[in-house]
Order: sequence, then C-alpha cells, then structure tokens
Amino acid sequence: MDKLKELAGTIERDDFPKFKAGDRIRVQVRVIEGDKERLQSYEGDVISIKGTGATKTFTVRKISSGVGVERIFPYNTPRIAKIDLLKEGKVRRAKLYYLRNLSGKAARIKDKNLR
Amino acid sequence: MPGILGKKLGMTNIYNDAGDSTPVTAIQAGPCPIVAIKTKEKDGYTAIQIGYGKKSKKGVNKPETGHFAKAGIEPTRVLKEFRNVDISDYKVGDNVTVEILKVGDKVDVVGKSKGKGFQGVIKRHGFSGVGGRTHGQGDRERAPGSIGQSSDPSRVLKGMKMGGRTGGKQITSPKLKVIKILPEENVVFVKGAVPGAINSIVEINK
Repeated sequence: MDKLKELAGTIERDDFPKFKAGDRIRVQVRVIEGDKERLQSYEGDVISIKGTGATKTFTVRKISSGVGVERIFPYNTPRIAKIDLLKEGKVRRAKLYYLRNLSGKAARIKDKNLR
Repeated sequence: MPGILGKKLGMTNIYNDAGDSTPVTAIQAGPCPIVAIKTKEKDGYTAIQIGYGKKSKKGVNKPETGHFAKAGIEPTRVLKEFRNVDISDYKVGDNVTVEILKVGDKVDVVGKSKGKGFQGVIKRHGFSGVGGRTHGQGDRERAPGSIGQSSDPSRVLKGMKMGGRTGGKQITSPKLKVIKILPEENVVFVKGAVPGAINSIVEINK
C-alpha cells in the first residue's frame, strides 16, 4: 500500500504536531472566497482518528452555541494550513464517541499534564 | 487500440489543486505485447490479440507454447482479442501501453467480481425481506416471500429470483474517468471502484 501512496503522489503531512484522541486542537482551514483566500480556525476535541496513509481522517468535536458540532478532516488534505495542539487530554480509549451522550461538566476531558 | 489489460493494485485518493479529494483505483496496465493479428482471409474475422502478465513455464501447454513461439513473445497469463480494429497499423511484437489513454477519458473497466458464495435474496437481489422481528415471525426477516401463484400455473415461473451463488462473474464498471496516468510506471488511476480483488486481471476499454 505504500507503493500505491507513492504512485498516487499523496504528500504525507508531517508538519502537524502529534495529536491523539482526547487532545484539544485548533485546525486552520484554508477557505477560498471569490478569489481571496483566508484562514478559518476550528477548535475542538479530537474524538477519533481513523485510517492510515492517504485516507487517514480525524474528527474534531466542539460545542458551538450549545449545539455539538463534529467535523471530519482528511489528514493529508492541502486545505489544512496548520494545526495547533492546545491541550493534551487524559482518556482511556481511542474513540470518544461517548462524549456525544454527555453534556456540560460531564463532557469535559481531563488535562493530561495536570498534577 | 481500443483497450488494454491490467492488474488491479488497490484504492486510494488523490487531491487536486483545489484540495478536493477523489477516490481512485490504481491499475497496473500493460505493457501488453501484440501476440497475434487475426485476418479476414485466415481466421474469418479481424482482430488484435494482446497478452498481459507472466506465466510460469509449467503452466504453458503445448499449443500455447507454439502460439507464443510464433510471435516470439514470453507466454502471458491472459490473452484478449479486440475486434473491429484497423489491423494495418499494428504488427506482432509491438507493445500496447497506457499511452493509448488520456487524462479525462471515460473508460469501461471489466473485471471478475469477488465471489460471495451462496447468498440469500437480500444480498443477491436486493430484496427487503418479509417480516418484522416480533409477532411470531422472527424467522422470516430475510425470507424471499411468495414465489408464485396457486394451482394455476402450479409451477414456479422461470427466472424467479432466489438465493444462490453470488459474485465471481464478469462485471463492467462503465464510464470511469481517467484521473491520472504514470507512463513510466505503467499505472493508470480511474475514478471510483473497479470489480474484483486486488491483483485480479481487469480490462480497460476506451
């Protein structure tokens, strides 16, 4: 499958900080409006990282004015300009889908670096 | 040439300049040597016969040995004829390569689908099943339902859709767009899925 990636000409993004499920990140997305390009930031918790190689994706969940919003990004898309790692979370599983059923204080993720 | 033979390599995705992702199947296509040219006088029809793949010496029987020796070509795994071609442009021993395709072409890809074994009518024909889970009909969820009438005609009509061997037959994926071609690697990327397992032989028709 590595051969395939090479052939397809997929550029593996290695400029991102290493993040895991439970981490809070800020994704800077390139948005094209007319002929102008600007950056839009999307901040939230990573609840899932899926796949490998060219088709790897990750899901970021945030609460926007009381409504849960999830956005799935392809890892290698050129549309992502930058990712900032804001906080490392302490979680016990790789997919945090249980957060969808929680709200308010219960839906918080513990900070890994907190003593 | 109206087509070429190849091997399915697998699926991935490709981003264009705008950042849009396209699902693609990579096919190792060619180079396919022209093994024989059928003529109206000798064979009763005109066609170009091309080969693809490698075959071990053990797998080549005597008639095949002769056929390939005549063309001066190593025995290939498969042979395929293309009819209705102007044969005057080709000669035996020439190679057909991916250069016959262009980015943006619409191609039909023919392959043999994965065998699924004996399957019921839901998977095989897209039936929706009969009953619900409760009210004493829990065993009818994936049933085909009635297969016919009563004493008249007293038989099941021919061609009635029922369970049976599924997959493992020739399927054509029509009008797939060629997204990318790598001539030095002999690889072509077409949009979407292609029938068959990885490493299976497929045919690309223009």
